[in-house]
Amino acid sequence: MIDDDFVKALLEGRDFISVKHRDDCLTLDCLPDSLIGFCKHLRDDQTFDLLVDLTAVDHGEEADSRFQVVLHLYSLIHKSYVRLHVACPDNQSPSIPSISSVFPAANWHERETFDMFGIKFSDHPNLKRILMWDDYPYFPLRKEFPLAGIEVPLPAADVAEVTGADVDPAPMMGGPFVASGNGRMSEAEPRAKDESWTEESEKPL
Amino acid sequence: MRFACFAKSSRKSLMISNEVGYNSKVEGEVIVTRADSVINWIRKHSVWPMPMGLACCAIELMASAASRYDISRFGMEVMRFSPRQSDCMIVAGTVTYKMAEVVRRIYDQMGDPKWVVAMGACASTGGMYRSYAVMQGVDNVVPVDVYVSGCPPRPEALLDAMMKLQGKIGNESSVKNLSKKPESTGVS
Repeated sequence: MIDDDFVKALLEGRDFISVKHRDDCLTLDCLPDSLIGFCKHLRDDQTFDLLVDLTAVDHGEEADSRFQVVLHLYSLIHKSYVRLHVACPDNQSPSIPSISSVFPAANWHERETFDMFGIKFSDHPNLKRILMWDDYPYFPLRKEFPLAGIEVPLPAADVAEVTGADVDPAPMMGGPFVASGNGRMSEAEPRAKDESWTEESEKPL
Repeated sequence: MRFACFAKSSRKSLMISNEVGYNSKVEGEVIVTRADSVINWIRKHSVWPMPMGLACCAIELMASAASRYDISRFGMEVMRFSPRQSDCMIVAGTVTYKMAEVVRRIYDQMGDPKWVVAMGACASTGGMYRSYAVMQGVDNVVPVDVYVSGCPPRPEALLDAMMKLQGKIGNESSVKNLSKKPESTGVS
């Protein structure tokens, strides 16, 4: 069971982690340099041997440490989760060590996180884009990236030449299409929030 | 002997009931028609689809091939996953920018004459995906003959679209097109 004694024992002699108060599961801040060793400890000694998810959060350009990688580990023995927060030290070129040597499942998760956020995972065996095409110049889940996208050429030059098509920003007429997040589910579903403009008439300033 | 008699009489009644069409007594073994009509008639009843299944629309496409909706009533049950053998690409699903290249290449690998059906909201306009990753309509890269609304469309809607396509094929100037040089696509 995850209880206070467990957490106490986990913290003992490890000044690179600190507990965050969350209601749902044990959440720990971890320094990037100690991540691999700590993951090994959780996997081998504490039975947290299932990597459930690895993703990241962009806290915005003003934040002190902008990018934060989030890992969820699960223990089939304890039947509980541990969440690890790893703050990336450099806002300009964020990078943390890859844990794909500890959890092979992290391989594609880290590629996706790299693809969407541009966070580099050092010593990753094959760190290249997984969803967008290789030459795509942006990281779509960063805060500054517009939902509609940015105009770039199509991935295949010969197809673009024949068809004249390119990657255009999606039309946002009536958008953004977002959930309000409160109220009944039937009312909170994503829908057009701004119908004051169309493709023909400009958005009022 | 009795069986032979029965067969003969039933054949006779069949001929009488079909007099509005081809009557071998009147016309012998010759049918007079236009070449366009014959070619189009053959083409529109043997449209072999290239199932470009990219999302949930592909499930409805499969349903329309199954016995309840039975696309083979129209001679279209021969789904060919090889573009060289197929006539009509049914784009069933969300076309991402990454996939658009593949859609175009497969289209170019299909032999003429060829048609494209954009099945569902995503293939027609991008649908609900107004996002950086999704092409806003497959007609950006391939010429579309029939658009089907729905998210996803029911099999009846797809069958209706295929019947519309049959009508379109029926009106083509196929003989003229036979001598026409195929458009150079530049992609293969």
